[in-house]
Amino acid sequence: MFEIFQNYGSQLWSGFGYTLLSSLYALIGSLVIGTLFALFEISPMKPLRVIGKIYVEIFRNIPLLVIAMIFYIVVPQYFAKIDGFTAGTIGLTIYTSAFIAETVRAGIESVDVGQMEAARSNGMTYIQAMRFIILPQAIKIVVPPLGNQFINLVKNSSVLAFLAGFDLMYQGNIIASTTFKTTDTYFAVGLLYLIITLPMSYLMRYLEKKWSTEGDEA
Amino acid sequence: MSMIEFHNVEKYYGQFHALKDINFTVDNGEVVTIIGPSGSGKSTLLRCINGLELISSGQLVVNNYDLADKKTDMNKMRKNVGMVFQHFNLYANKTVLQNITLGPTAVLKQSKAQSEDEAKKLLDLVGLDNKANSFPDQLSGGQQQRVAIARSLAMKPKALLFDEPTSALDPEMIGDVLQVMKTIAEQGMTMVVVTHEMGFAQEVGDRIVFMDDGRILEDRKDVSEFFKQPEDKRAQEFLSKVIKHI
Ligand SMILES: Nc1ncnc2c1ncn2[C@@H]1O[C@H](COP(=O)(O)OP(=O)(O)OP(=O)(O)O)[C@@H](O)[C@H]1O
Ligand SMILES: [Mg+2]
Repeated sequence: MFEIFQNYGSQLWSGFGYTLLSSLYALIGSLVIGTLFALFEISPMKPLRVIGKIYVEIFRNIPLLVIAMIFYIVVPQYFAKIDGFTAGTIGLTIYTSAFIAETVRAGIESVDVGQMEAARSNGMTYIQAMRFIILPQAIKIVVPPLGNQFINLVKNSSVLAFLAGFDLMYQGNIIASTTFKTTDTYFAVGLLYLIITLPMSYLMRYLEKKWSTEGDEA
Repeated sequence: MSMIEFHNVEKYYGQFHALKDINFTVDNGEVVTIIGPSGSGKSTLLRCINGLELISSGQLVVNNYDLADKKTDMNKMRKNVGMVFQHFNLYANKTVLQNITLGPTAVLKQSKAQSEDEAKKLLDLVGLDNKANSFPDQLSGGQQQRVAIARSLAMKPKALLFDEPTSALDPEMIGDVLQVMKTIAEQGMTMVVVTHEMGFAQEVGDRIVFMDDGRILEDRKDVSEFFKQPEDKRAQEFLSKVIKHI
């Protein structure tokens, strides 16, 4: 495995960089889009609820690879040409956002309805109540499951390998097929994924613990 | 001048007929208590007054806002009508002080300094000036409810609604909360209070309303007479049960 790093280090680290970049874009994108659709799903306005529900049900029930392929192959045929990295990252963002929407929705719904009623009775608008009272409480509930979604996201970014996305898995496949040192190569690739996901896992546990003890004393 | 007016109000939850032909007026400065068995529609009536529930038909005017009109800005109306809940519903993510100042700063656009100043005076009024920086779950039920009352008062409302404010409290906490409510009543606040505290109803209430099965069956200004001699048969039964229970 050491040898692989010595001879193909730059290739591996370049793949690592693309994986990290794709994950980062998809994380931010899916968090924003997912939260937006979660707010749609619980909106007092029915059309928004319907839109939210349809979005979530479609994208979390199609395989990620299919969504990514649609962007890679179908979209360029009718719209703009996009490369594998972009198509994969967009696919990853949309796919993950559907799961995040469900997670955030569940978090918001687990906040006691009395909080919203008190805020409205206090004169706040729906949006003010969400912003000052409901969302801050939902965030704490939602962080552990969101952490899981983000770890899945990083792992799912290996879908880029199918679209020539230059990510870690893609580079690993190339190295393995040229050197035939499959075991060593995929061990190296696995290790590099861990470098991203393990710290996330620990950060998540840390936050979870910190907030649960805060909750005890508060 | 009347603060709250119901004219022939009906309220349905889906198929369920929760309020039936409600005609009911509360004048400025009046303290009205509402009693009645569980499920009789007391909370529903109260929640209609501040627009947490919408009426199905009839007319409801609160502080000159027509709540049957879809164009009425409920947020504006609610600035003047506070509500105190059975389970307090203090903002769990805010300190006591922040619970009280959030409305004035976010809704009334008052300065933070002024809001905090007033909040401290209100905490003084409810006897909790030493709890400003506590979080709600560090307080007893009775303390939480007094903070909730201070939070409503901070909006300088024209009317306050109370939905069984002492029902979730340990007996030894009830007195403090009722005392605060009495003080507010004496200062001339318009109040509608759903309660099982018959002592409070007699001592502080200007009027008593008995509800059953979605209807107002008695609405009387002679409160102590009502307790001695309710006219409605169901009110008699209800009172004899409640009094036996106490
Ligand atoms: N959101 C709702 N959807 C459907 N039915 C409801 C809803 N809220 C209340 N009800 C029903 O309306 C009736 C009146 O309820 P309400 O809460 O007003 O009674 P209440 O007099 O306040 O009772 P309690 O003393 O138990 O608080 C009850 O039968 C209740 O089940
Ligand atoms: Mg009730």
